[in-house]
Amino acid sequence: MRASITSALVRADLVAEPGQVVAVVGPNGAGKTSLLRALAGLLPSTGTVELAGRDVSALPLHARGIGWVPQSPSLFAHLSARDNAGYALRARGMSRRAARTAADEWLRRLGIGHLGDSRPGALSGGQVARVALARALAADPALVLLDEPLAALDAATKDEVRRLLRSTLAGGRAPVLVVTHDPVDVAALADSVLVLEDGAVVQHGSPAEVAARPRSAWVAGLLGQNAWRGIADETGLRTASMGSTGHVTGHIAAAETLPAGTPALALCEPAAVTLHRQRPSGSARTVLAGQVGELRSLGGRVRVTVRSDPQVTAEVTVGAATELGLADGGLVWAAIKATEVRLVAL
Amino acid sequence: MLLVLPAVAGSALLLIPLAALLTRTPWSRLSDLLGRADVQQALWLSLRCAGAATALSLLLGVPLAWVLARTRLPGRRLLRGLVTVPLVLPPVVGGVALLLAFGRRGVLGPLLVEAGAVPAFTPWGVVLAESFVALPFLVLTVEGALAALSLASEEVAGTLGARPGRVFLTVTLPTIAPSVAAGAVLAGARALGEFGATITFAGSLPGRTQTVPLLVYALLQDDPPAAYALSAVLLAVSVLLVLSLRPRLR
Repeated sequence: MRASITSALVRADLVAEPGQVVAVVGPNGAGKTSLLRALAGLLPSTGTVELAGRDVSALPLHARGIGWVPQSPSLFAHLSARDNAGYALRARGMSRRAARTAADEWLRRLGIGHLGDSRPGALSGGQVARVALARALAADPALVLLDEPLAALDAATKDEVRRLLRSTLAGGRAPVLVVTHDPVDVAALADSVLVLEDGAVVQHGSPAEVAARPRSAWVAGLLGQNAWRGIADETGLRTASMGSTGHVTGHIAAAETLPAGTPALALCEPAAVTLHRQRPSGSARTVLAGQVGELRSLGGRVRVTVRSDPQVTAEVTVGAATELGLADGGLVWAAIKATEVRLVAL
Repeated sequence: MLLVLPAVAGSALLLIPLAALLTRTPWSRLSDLLGRADVQQALWLSLRCAGAATALSLLLGVPLAWVLARTRLPGRRLLRGLVTVPLVLPPVVGGVALLLAFGRRGVLGPLLVEAGAVPAFTPWGVVLAESFVALPFLVLTVEGALAALSLASEEVAGTLGARPGRVFLTVTLPTIAPSVAAGAVLAGARALGEFGATITFAGSLPGRTQTVPLLVYALLQDDPPAAYALSAVLLAVSVLLVLSLRPRLR
């Protein structure tokens, strides 16, 4: 996808490859929903929207081939889950029978194959989210737009649907734009992050790039959190990353663990990471050693990147930074209490 | 207490006449009466005309409600106001107005005479008079439902490849169907009971324009018990209509 659009509320240029998941983040009122609506053709805009090599900006919304999940899923209340999922296929002229077969297949893929006959009113929040996703994806859209697909779900369901999104969206034919406020979504789903503020794109890059060099305080706050990918084990998370010395494994201890072998994310606030010039003692924590990397000041505090394996970001007071002589570089130890680490299954 | 007494009096005002009607109805004569040719004619005419008026209201009223609720047409507010006028207009004034528009000497009279289709004093006149008073009920009910409906489902349907007409038929209409049905019942009930506009515009010609309410009025002169019985029949129909609306009015 290659889009360059201007509407009353948002102006954006962006490029996304097939299968690429772009997290759209920004403060409230930044124009995230407006961007999605403009791309879908629901909001008047000028410019070009090129999907799968053809400019659709002059086409009415029904001819654009978009899979859209709005903030409120807005399922068709009078149709069964199956007919909701098959709606786009019917609208494109497929016979009722073939559309139902294809819809059932999608519901099965999303783990709700047994709910085809249910009306939306009888479904739980997580099930509604899945039907809305099936409905958006069933007709093989050229662009998928998800507007806070997880926002309305409770924590357990959120993790479940996020996992499903990850497995479903991976390797698709269409680029995916997903609006979110949750750094976990960015870490778990996104190949790139598009930062919007005041109706304009502030930054577009990989999550690591944007987290390391945020161009606004807002995104620094959102993505400042440490996030490591890996496999859960009995005491925390075994990480695998490209470190300074090639492919390395590491370990992050967590107080609350997941079943061993589960792909997961370990998350930790930078403020919860302590820095030491000598190797600290104590057991219920992770200790990582590494060279002091980039320093960034954030008001009265300093954000420090430690080039350990895996890399970690700490946030300390200016006083502590001075005391530790961080500006001189050198080797430091970063310590993370296991109780400060949250594991999220992927 | 201050509120209970007027409430009791109000209930009495509504219930005593209905109870009186039921006690005076000559139930034993009911089957004889319903077998009479003039009564059957009136019943049949009432049903056909009210049915046609309801159908006409649906056909014209749903699109009108859509225009009022969903478009930014200039004059839309004025139009909404005008649509509600027949609700509060004395029906007889409606009948006079219809006569002045569609009567032989009305504004459109010469045109209609030439076409050989003057509706005044014909069953079509009954349908027109009934539609005139019934249409606003349908329009207001459906417009309310459309205004309350979130646009999101319709927008999703659009992104999924449905053209606007298909969106209306497969998403909008099914979603507001309960309100359309409620509006149709209200309009039908109003049409069935219509008196003033009908007698003014279409007269009370037995077998041609004399609907049940008009027949009740005529019978009250020379066969009061028959009028009571026929009134009871209309009351029964009204109760049935209210019951059919009950799940929606909650």
